Amino acid sequence: MSNIDVVITGIGATTPLGGDVASTWEGLLAGRSGIRRIEADWVERFDLPVKIGATLAEDPAEKLPRVQARRLDRCEQIALIAARQAWADAGFQQPSDEHTDVDPDRLGVSIGTGIGGPLTLLAMDDLLEQDGIRKVSPLTVPMLMPNGPAAHVGIDLKARAGVHSPASACASGAEGIANGYQMIQNGRADVVVAGGAEACIHPITVAGFAQARTVSTRNDEPERASRPFDVDRDGFVLGEGAGAVVLERADRAKARGARIYGRLAGYGITSDAHHITGNHPEGIGQIAAMANAMTMAGLTSADIGHVNAHATSTVVGDIGEANAIRKAVGEHPVVTAPKSALGHLVGGAGAVEGILTLLAIHHGLVPPTLNLENLDPKIGLDVVAGEPRKVELTAALSNSFGFGGHNTALLFTGE
Amino acid sequence: MADKQEILSGLAEIVEEVAGVAQDDVSLEKSFVDDLDIDSLSMVEIAVQAEDKFGVKIPDDELANLKTVGDAVDYVSANAK
Repeated sequence: MSNIDVVITGIGATTPLGGDVASTWEGLLAGRSGIRRIEADWVERFDLPVKIGATLAEDPAEKLPRVQARRLDRCEQIALIAARQAWADAGFQQPSDEHTDVDPDRLGVSIGTGIGGPLTLLAMDDLLEQDGIRKVSPLTVPMLMPNGPAAHVGIDLKARAGVHSPASACASGAEGIANGYQMIQNGRADVVVAGGAEACIHPITVAGFAQARTVSTRNDEPERASRPFDVDRDGFVLGEGAGAVVLERADRAKARGARIYGRLAGYGITSDAHHITGNHPEGIGQIAAMANAMTMAGLTSADIGHVNAHATSTVVGDIGEANAIRKAVGEHPVVTAPKSALGHLVGGAGAVEGILTLLAIHHGLVPPTLNLENLDPKIGLDVVAGEPRKVELTAALSNSFGFGGHNTALLFTGE
Repeated sequence: MADKQEILSGLAEIVEEVAGVAQDDVSLEKSFVDDLDIDSLSMVEIAVQAEDKFGVKIPDDELANLKTVGDAVDYVSANAK
């Protein structure tokens, strides 16, 4: 179906395990956890039942020039940091008025987020109530708007072929990448900076997830709280983070001698039409998303050596996905669930985990699933635990399933 | 009441804080938009901080007339209590 080869020539991320891709990847291989006690007085002030989160390893406000950082919501800050890393990693210079390495009319941006800039929205509302309108920043709206992260990246990297910000909760980052792939397929762009970002750890979001009974309350052992596929899992851990990739036409990348990590060979997107938070019990949509990705890539389930699971560490969700993987792909793929170490990065998850899937193929190494001490017998999959698994891979799937029934599967192959 | 030199240095501090322009670059003849590259949103922030610092009111239609640093210094000097 697709006739334009799309490869990945740059990757960037800032996550609870590290301020870039290398430290995140190393942390994952070494079995480190990005989950910790939330260091904020509001945890006790509101007596929240959930006191843990996957907070960023590096404060983005300290990585950007002060004047720029104060004009950006935290979600915008990390989207910009990840995008610039990916851009530099692709071998492109930071654009200026005099020179750009990529023709702006052939450069697009597609960066999803689940919720955008709630930290600014809520902080400004507090200021309005306490001190009146004078203290409300004139930049409040550009900081809270969900297209803000993508828009700032587009301005910074001079992208004129269109800037998109898909929102599909936990699938936003994966949709960001799939949509970027589509921009190139449609001939709208030759290069797209694609990914996702989320920074929404705040009393109200933590309280909201807690009230929905979806998050772990293992407060005394934060590093052991996120345990996808394990018998003792009790919910996910909210995290913050951003991931970005440079998607590029393969012929353009080869002509300039770029380093190519691998191909984005296809994707599948379906919707459950079932429930606003619960997955369809038969997993039809998840199965179809994975199947559609394989069809688009011209591959079969036998070709898929690895699945990077969405698996958030919820009792029901992990089983649903395991069933779907067995039906769509089989019992043979080597599986890992990175939310065990990273927490749930919501809009950032699909992008960061897509990068991890690509790296698994690139390095021939699948990271372990942290805290997998007793695999739930209902899972029935080969999930890596303990040490990273060396395995030669030609193709792998990355799953992201969002609240609202959004199912996205990205299919990466080696070069 | 502050004299014009004090107003200028107070204003330069605010401009550096809000827009990152070095205080030494904030001189009377400089245009906020054309020379110092300060956008309208930052001008609003600068005005609010100047109101607090100097005890003046700067309504939006007055702010629109303050093109240069010197205009702003003159305005504050004329209107501060």
